[in-house]
Amino acid sequence: MVSRTPFCAGLAGLALMLVALLTSPTLYAADDATLQTTLVQLREADFAEKAALVESLAAQDHPRMATILKALADSRLYYQTDGDRVVIGLNDAAEITIEDAVSGAALGQAGKRDLDRITANNRLRGMIENLLASLGLASADPQQRRLAVEAFLRSPNPVGAERLKAQLAVEPDQKLKELLTVALALADLASEDATVRAKAATAMGGWTPSEIRGPLMQAAAADSDAAVREAAKIALAKTEFRLQMLGWAETLFFGLSLGSVLILAAIGLAVTFGVMGVINMAHGELMMLGAYTTWLVQQWLPVNWSLPVAVPLAFLVAALVGIAIERGIIRFLYGRPLETLLATFGVSLILQQAVRSIFSPLNRSVATPDWMSGTILLGPLEVTLNRLIIVGFCIAVFAALWLALQRTRLGLEVRAVAQNRAMARAMGVRSARVDALTFGLGSGIAGVAGVALSQLTNVGPNLGQSYIVDSFMVVVFGGVGNLWGTLVAGLSLGVANKLLEPWAGAVLAKIVVLVFLILFIQKRPRGLFPQRGRAAEV
Amino acid sequence: MLLPRWLLSDRAGLVLLAVLVILGVGVPVLNLLVPADHPLHLSAYTVTVLGKYLCYALLAVAIDLVWGYMGILSLGHAAFFALGGYCFGMYLMRQIGTRGVYGDPNLPDFMVFLNWTELPWYWSGFGHFGFALLMVMVVPGLLAFVFGWFAFRSRVSGVYLSIITQALTYALMLAFFRNEMGFGGNNGLTDFKEILGYPLHADETRIVLFILSALALAGGYLLCRWLVSTRLGRVLVAIRDSEDRARFLGYRVERVKTLVFTLSAVLAGIAGALYVPQVGIINPGEFAPLNSIEAVIWVAVGGRGTLVGAVAGAVLVNYAKTWLTGALPEIWLFALGGLFVAVTLLLPQGLIGLLRRRREVTS
Amino acid sequence: MSELISDLDGSGLRLRQEDVDARHGILLYLEEVTVSFDGFKAIDNLSLYIGDGELRCIIGPNGAGKTTMMDIITGKTRPDSGRVFFGQTIDLLKLDEPAIARMGIGRKFQRPTVIEPLTVLENLELAMSGAKRMRGLLTSRLSGEERDRIGAVLEKIGLTEHHERLAGILAHGQKQWLEIGMLLMQEPRLLLVDEPVAGMTPAEMDRTAELLRSLAGSHSVVVVEHDMGFVRSIADQVTVLHQGRVLAEGRLEELQIDPMVIEVYLGAGDAYH
Repeated sequence: MVSRTPFCAGLAGLALMLVALLTSPTLYAADDATLQTTLVQLREADFAEKAALVESLAAQDHPRMATILKALADSRLYYQTDGDRVVIGLNDAAEITIEDAVSGAALGQAGKRDLDRITANNRLRGMIENLLASLGLASADPQQRRLAVEAFLRSPNPVGAERLKAQLAVEPDQKLKELLTVALALADLASEDATVRAKAATAMGGWTPSEIRGPLMQAAAADSDAAVREAAKIALAKTEFRLQMLGWAETLFFGLSLGSVLILAAIGLAVTFGVMGVINMAHGELMMLGAYTTWLVQQWLPVNWSLPVAVPLAFLVAALVGIAIERGIIRFLYGRPLETLLATFGVSLILQQAVRSIFSPLNRSVATPDWMSGTILLGPLEVTLNRLIIVGFCIAVFAALWLALQRTRLGLEVRAVAQNRAMARAMGVRSARVDALTFGLGSGIAGVAGVALSQLTNVGPNLGQSYIVDSFMVVVFGGVGNLWGTLVAGLSLGVANKLLEPWAGAVLAKIVVLVFLILFIQKRPRGLFPQRGRAAEV
Repeated sequence: MLLPRWLLSDRAGLVLLAVLVILGVGVPVLNLLVPADHPLHLSAYTVTVLGKYLCYALLAVAIDLVWGYMGILSLGHAAFFALGGYCFGMYLMRQIGTRGVYGDPNLPDFMVFLNWTELPWYWSGFGHFGFALLMVMVVPGLLAFVFGWFAFRSRVSGVYLSIITQALTYALMLAFFRNEMGFGGNNGLTDFKEILGYPLHADETRIVLFILSALALAGGYLLCRWLVSTRLGRVLVAIRDSEDRARFLGYRVERVKTLVFTLSAVLAGIAGALYVPQVGIINPGEFAPLNSIEAVIWVAVGGRGTLVGAVAGAVLVNYAKTWLTGALPEIWLFALGGLFVAVTLLLPQGLIGLLRRRREVTS
Repeated sequence: MSELISDLDGSGLRLRQEDVDARHGILLYLEEVTVSFDGFKAIDNLSLYIGDGELRCIIGPNGAGKTTMMDIITGKTRPDSGRVFFGQTIDLLKLDEPAIARMGIGRKFQRPTVIEPLTVLENLELAMSGAKRMRGLLTSRLSGEERDRIGAVLEKIGLTEHHERLAGILAHGQKQWLEIGMLLMQEPRLLLVDEPVAGMTPAEMDRTAELLRSLAGSHSVVVVEHDMGFVRSIADQVTVLHQGRVLAEGRLEELQIDPMVIEVYLGAGDAYH
């Protein structure tokens, strides 16, 4: 992975170097004398000369070479005046344990004063690191070989190029073969021969990493040969196109991820508002309760285990509170939607203040489990794991709800009551119980959404407020009483928001989307997927 | 006869007007003429708080007109209030002149801070008092007209309308939070110095503003009371109780709605314009959806569809708020939330309804 | 804007009630009207003609499309295809509900819909034609002529003594009559009356029948009704709707022996006599 930190790459490089040394010690021609001469030269050299020396060291293919370079990078390489040789320090005490750089023989201890440290600067260290990493080409693990090639991309050098060429001939992995080819092309871009350079530039088209794109841009702008410049330009255009596509894909993914959050926030509302016709302004606060449940769980359980426990618990907490709200308030207000709206708004204020009084008005930080942090490659696209998991989670919640409504007895009763309350009651459905359970279901989903939100935003008393307008818009946009509508609406609003963001900024994008929605509802008051006919005349 | 019939039959309204007259005379006397160490003296702070209540009451009357009589629950009326406030705030900003921190004769401080070099076009004219006054009514009115024109014509009603009015005020809040909008972003407009050349902090100015608020409330109340007593008022009730019936009787329901909604927004704008010089600041927080809903609950507490109830509710709830946020700040949101629940469940007709029922029971 | 203020009631329309051309004896034309909801054809190629001054009853089982047909005539629902004309010249599909009401089509809903917080008098005043211009709307006084008109309608619907009472506290039958009275205040050419006697006592039913019969001649009246006894007592001409189309048309006695009608409707149960 190109974007891995140098530190990681360094460690990995070191590891495979060891592997390489153990598996093929005889591959390298051992010429201790030449090595010794080069090493001694290091002592007096300035940094530019050191760089040249390091390259020649690397070209010598000595079995000790990796150890020596590593020591140099770590500033553990010394010149021992007493004996005119170069040694490696194994610790950093007043009396340093040393070994011979070339033979590796233990030499006991020496005082700091007797040792002359051979210094390295960051440029040199970077170079060494890449050289070491390129040793990984011999590894049996394709991932390590990839790292080696990527290290080469960061600092192409003739020695590495030779190795790459050798590897290309035997490389079994097709993807890696392509990478090797382009890495070699990168090396060829420094060739004296203009035709080779032009060919190299063409081969580099479409590769987005800056290590490839940078030299290509330079070639397009400043190569001495017009044909090379032209080839580089065409190749660059290819790269730009690919970058653009990647950009779109990324925007789309961000949109999907925002859309998933919107759907999670809205889907519980789609149940209470869409199926029952109840406006629950405390919906956002039920999400807040879910988020706080997650926080509480994390106080007792290790972070990595907290979420699987928090999800059912948050569902339970929010559902119970929801049922309490329904039994205590809403059931007295059926058929009076505006009053329901006001009463549940009152509930939302009470819940907010309760959380403020119990947990403090400050935000609580909910930790992200290890298995949710970091990034992952999705094809050519690098995405953050937590967003990806939330997209998946959203799909799972949606599917679960859909199945619950379609396949369970409760779901059947819920749909029956939603379509014709009087008839459902006549058929023996206990509508009061169904109301309470439906509301509990919608509320529980809000709680579950809260668990997801706790991984994305601050968990505080105002968490719910910031989502309530959005989630209502999603439900209304999709068409009340239509779960699929909610899904489509959430996704399209998420994507629209993210598409607008680059040129409008986050806040303005949100305003634009809101204004669009206001206009849309006026054009189609019953949303994208309206219910028609008599049932719609509520 | 001195008073028209519609007013004479409105006993509660007459009481309200009498109270406003007493306040309009009594408060200035107690503030300006009674010496400061006298127990009956009203502090400038109290005068400001009372003036604020009157502005809220006017907002409540505006909401009651559309909700109580026409059945439109607007959860965005604070937006019209805030727009009126911003319009007048812009006038007050322009009056600061060179007394700002940066001393720029033309630009308000926040624009200098943003390195702007000239006033945006939409600020021009706001240096004139008359123009600003006109805008106080035109801007909220125009927004309400355009919004209503679209919304009512496409038959958006009930909770859908409530939700999109809330989205409207939410969008405006987000917009006004942006510095690029040119309305001071987060901080809004503040640090006002004078109004028509009179220092804003002088007792006399505050008293005049208080009297103007009382007059505006009385005027707004009379206008609404007269309107609902005419045939148009009965059309409003018909629209509220059976929109289809009104339509099949031949009334252009959406036009009636648009007009009354616009009128209500203008009243809210005037309330906002009077509010800003008294509290000395206007910021995007005034657009918060909570503010609109809070104003609705004032009306519900007092009793909707009564106008007088709206005034009483606004004053009572805000008095409780002032007192509670001072004495027991933790309790305030519990109390307000509880009030929402209690009023909708137990007092659907509000306090006025309660009084009426009691009178019917005793008589 | 000025049009908007002056025209809260649709009086700014170019067409007037006087323009209704019923010289050929037909007041309402429905031709090949179709409307469907989500694929379900509520009205299927329906053609229907109502004569000037005629009293027509429309019967049919539930879901036959009776209410949808009224929705189409009054502009509440737009048909997918077909023509609806009022007189020879006025295309009702081009007008919205208030305009259609102003053209002279009054509609009574199935559920009595009066404005309950207003008095009987105020309800009638609300419905009064000509009172809806802005100037008229912004007063609360009645002129002598208006008083007389309201008085006449009160007389007709038998609510003269109750004119000060709130509509909300009237008996069910009285509400139905008040609603018919409100239609009359509109001075319509055509009255559409949806189930006027549902829930009425026999005495109330008789009075309603008498009222509707007295309106025929000077108005065209279309009554949708389930109650066969009531239909028999008022109608000369009856149309049977079934699945969105006209199944049969004629005198009730003829229809009652029509095997097709018996099968789909009269034979469906003994609830209908």
